[in-house]
Amino acid sequence: MSTETTAPEVKEEKRPSEPLFSKKNKKLITDPLDDDNPITVQVLGICSALAITVQVEQAVVMSLSVVFVMMMGNLIISLLRNSIPSRIRIIVQLVVVASLVIVVSETLQAFLPDVAARLSVFVGLIITNCIIMGRFEAFAMGNKPFPSVLDGFGNALGYAWILVAVAVVRELFGSGKLYGFEVIPAAFYDMGYMNNNMMILPPMALVTVGVIIWIQRARNTKLIEEN
Amino acid sequence: MALDKNSNAFTFGFALVMVVVVGAVLSSLAMGLKPLQLKNQADKKRIDILTAIDVDANRTNAAELFDKYVVERVVIDYDGNIISSNTGEVDALDDKDAFNINIRAEYRDRSIKPEERNYPFYKCDKDGKTLYVIPMIGNGLWGAIWGFVALEDDFNMVYGASFDHATETPGLGAEISLPMFQDPFKGKQILDDQGNYKSIEVKKGGAEAGNPHQVDGITGGTITSDGVTEMLQRTLKVYHRFFNKNNA
Repeated sequence: MSTETTAPEVKEEKRPSEPLFSKKNKKLITDPLDDDNPITVQVLGICSALAITVQVEQAVVMSLSVVFVMMMGNLIISLLRNSIPSRIRIIVQLVVVASLVIVVSETLQAFLPDVAARLSVFVGLIITNCIIMGRFEAFAMGNKPFPSVLDGFGNALGYAWILVAVAVVRELFGSGKLYGFEVIPAAFYDMGYMNNNMMILPPMALVTVGVIIWIQRARNTKLIEEN
Repeated sequence: MALDKNSNAFTFGFALVMVVVVGAVLSSLAMGLKPLQLKNQADKKRIDILTAIDVDANRTNAAELFDKYVVERVVIDYDGNIISSNTGEVDALDDKDAFNINIRAEYRDRSIKPEERNYPFYKCDKDGKTLYVIPMIGNGLWGAIWGFVALEDDFNMVYGASFDHATETPGLGAEISLPMFQDPFKGKQILDDQGNYKSIEVKKGGAEAGNPHQVDGITGGTITSDGVTEMLQRTLKVYHRFFNKNNA
């Protein structure tokens, strides 16, 4: 697990008059979607991007769970930031993620048992999602609650859209479905079209993520390293 | 006196309070949601049993349909002797009730030998036909696989089957939970012409046409398919003994 991030250092504001959605706060949400995307730019959270992107439905539920864990976690850490003893701060962060994940997992089992069964161990694995610990350490520990919640939301969304995009590609070409519905007409299959079983296996998720990074860098020249 | 946030006392105090608070919150949540989760698990089991006898059930009508079709819940031992038999509504506290036997826990507990396990089955009545639904558990490629096979009252002909899995590969081994895999089991036989026990094999490369003891395997899911074969072979044998005893 890595906690290295290129976090935007937001200094704590003393002025109380800052509008709720100031330019700076908006940036907290929009940056992780593209310029500072946790998966494609920071290359964090790759493990779950490979594991649960076989079907769109799983990716969506996983994303929603991560949005919840990340916003709540950032809020809690930010509220406690001035009292957390620095020597055990990583442990405290871990306890916060772990508890929130257990809350999500138990709730899913009680109210959405079929989805919970399909996600099986992956909800538990949110704990090991490096993005979450990374944001706690890099942002929530040093910022006020509201910007922290926005930062959590932005990063979770940045994670979510990549996850869903990969899942769309994999489900469409791997099983000919989207969100569980058949979308490729039977006539195609009659003409000899076949689902690509390779898309279902984890390596193709990595390739798909790679292609997304490629497209992103071709479009957004800011991301290209100078050599 | 100002608190020194880097002192050992503060650090220990913080950790202590954190553990107590988190522990209290999580355990009360778990306790609160437990009844719902148990109900979900029981409903899933009912749906699986009903699927094996070709009754379409969902979470809302599972309990009602289960009570309608399942007339008797029986537990037998390895040698085929009846241990317990229940009718009527399931009492969640009666651990001798076939419905409450956790064959998965018994299968995974290495200290319980196959001879010591409980073998539950469900006697169903569907359109005047008596069917026996046999639960089974085995190993796939990544984790547990399980299923329910419904036999007709000659204890030979398969009426239907449902299988499911914990973590098989989606699109490959995971296909055992689809009708495409399960439907061919209908009409297969577990006994040969002489009435000897033969079981059913999930055949790699496709079943021989007309062979009543084979079904098509899953391409790319060989280990899961073999797991199903092993599970059928091992489990149905016990029930075959029971049937022989009661019809000899």
